[in-house]
Amino acid sequence: MAYDKFEVLTSTAVPLPIENVDTDQIIPARFLKATERKGFGDNLFRDWRYNNDGTPKESFVLNNAQYGGKILVGGKNFGSGSSREHAAWAVYDYGFRCVVSSFFADIFRNNCLNVGVLPVQVSPEFLEKIFRAIEKNPHTELKVDLPSQTITLSETGESESFDINEYKKGNLLNGFDDIDYLLNLKEDIKEFASSRPI
Amino acid sequence: MGKTLFDKVWDSHVVKNIENGPDVLFIDRHLVHEVTSPVAFLGLKNRNIPVLYPNRTFATADHNTPTINQHLPVKDELSANQLKALEKNAGEHGIPYWGLGHEKNGIVHVIGPENGITVPGATIVCGDSHTSTHGAFGAIAFGIGTSEVEMVLASQCIMQPKPKKMRINIEGELSTAVTPKDVALFIISKLTTSGATGYFVEYAGSVFREMSMEGRMTVCNLSIEMGARGGMIAPDEKTFEYVKGREFAPKGTDWDKAMAYWETLYTEDDATFDKELTFAASEIEPMITYGTNPGMGFGISNSIPTAEQIDGAKATFAKSLAYMEFNEGDSMIGKPIDFVFLGSCTNGRIEDFRAFASIIKGRKKADNVTAWLVPGSHKVEAAIKEEGILDILQEAGFELREPGCSACLAMNDDKVPAGKYAVSTSNRNFEGRQGPGSRTLLASPLVAAAAAVTGKVTDPRELMQLQEA
Repeated sequence: MAYDKFEVLTSTAVPLPIENVDTDQIIPARFLKATERKGFGDNLFRDWRYNNDGTPKESFVLNNAQYGGKILVGGKNFGSGSSREHAAWAVYDYGFRCVVSSFFADIFRNNCLNVGVLPVQVSPEFLEKIFRAIEKNPHTELKVDLPSQTITLSETGESESFDINEYKKGNLLNGFDDIDYLLNLKEDIKEFASSRPI
Repeated sequence: MGKTLFDKVWDSHVVKNIENGPDVLFIDRHLVHEVTSPVAFLGLKNRNIPVLYPNRTFATADHNTPTINQHLPVKDELSANQLKALEKNAGEHGIPYWGLGHEKNGIVHVIGPENGITVPGATIVCGDSHTSTHGAFGAIAFGIGTSEVEMVLASQCIMQPKPKKMRINIEGELSTAVTPKDVALFIISKLTTSGATGYFVEYAGSVFREMSMEGRMTVCNLSIEMGARGGMIAPDEKTFEYVKGREFAPKGTDWDKAMAYWETLYTEDDATFDKELTFAASEIEPMITYGTNPGMGFGISNSIPTAEQIDGAKATFAKSLAYMEFNEGDSMIGKPIDFVFLGSCTNGRIEDFRAFASIIKGRKKADNVTAWLVPGSHKVEAAIKEEGILDILQEAGFELREPGCSACLAMNDDKVPAGKYAVSTSNRNFEGRQGPGSRTLLASPLVAAAAAVTGKVTDPRELMQLQEA
């Protein structure tokens, strides 16, 4: 599915300083019954965000008007657990284009890259700096620069570089997806398949 | 330098290596279920492309299905819709579909091995993180997202960088009442839920060599719970014996050819790993979890640690205990429980029901416990009946439900109510995993059985001693 190209994103950020945020929290299983990809943002962090009667939990960060923006900053081991891509869809559909953490679970990271959300892994020290800066000033801006692979705290200019493989970087910069690439390899794949028993 | 088991299988499936990018990896067999596939099929439709190899794809309904009255129409409209979508998509693309009521229906990771779809040396993917289960056969198997499901349908390939390699060795003999589930929960408690992220794990040592195929599946199933992409065990005589004669396994001369290849699937002596860990079997007790991720577990006779004793963030630890309504220093033994769930792709095979039955035989279900016993497939269900296990269950006041993922992820009606405690043989104790507000204690079928007859967390060894006495 097509997504917007990603180049440079400058935005305020939403802090979620909790470790091991699993994809069941990002989108609970009971919201996985759809057959189309729409509306998942409404149920992002459903059970942390809403009470059982559907009223917002005021203490949760997404319900705090002070915080907003296109960047979500999470604690270590973000996105662990279930492979449900719905979690990445929910993050995207809610309006986030980038998730920052000191460590990502593998499948969630892949899913993000495949749907146009940039996962930015920073050092634990830089993550702490970001959390502290946002705590001090909720309007703190972060600049995520994909071409130069850097993330910067706009106010202080403190910066760190992040890793992404060249292929995936190219995809995000151009809005390409893997399927177009694979379809162009079809003849190679067919030849390979003929040597593999079913 | 010699190759590892993982290298051998991975390298032989690389169609193309992209410089500074992922490998294009050929997928031998693709398992599909109703929840993570509809958007992938929609993608094919939008691109107007077919499934490249429908005969390498197998579809079943398991995640979102009722476990009672499966002969009746599914009441939940959204669930019924999702099941219909899979049936229609499979039909349109010529993919075998084993829907509700079909004799081959069951949990995707139970029916793969049962029907010989899972074979050594294969690459197997599914839009489900517990696809790692199939690694028990010496296959490379892992969970993928829906975009990747679409990739595999369209091209029989995915694009992934080759993971790093880890070997976990456990030597020695397991103690009484220590099951494969305990071995896995022990490893996860040592590594944490992110300790193997970025790695593919090989399990080696006498403990895994001695383990049954069912046990190996349980261990590999839980690889993802320490963050690993997958886990695998070198195939041996036990593996070949299990696979032989199953419907989709190679036959005749194909079998001989396959065997010649499968017998080369082991890690060579001089191969190296990025990380290697060794534990002694004697360290492992029957395990139970007390928190809200599978790494928060310990031997059942232990007490909950204090915030000072754990490595992770204190606030996260406190949040977890608050959710469970447990306190630092609490003993787990004796904690009252409300629900018991036996089943899932982790512990829904015949061996798990045998273990459960061994404890409850001659006892009665505790009155305060609601028990959901859910076989992993119709074949498991049939074996439960044939072996007389159903009679033992019924005499003890238990009922057997119909196959499915059930309360493991609670997409259907099998939801543990808010605030209630469940001892569960499944794989995740995340907040709300078994229903909004539910509290999960992960454990083996033996620990689950001990809880089911006593109504509280109980060391199964106590009940086993009584049986022997």
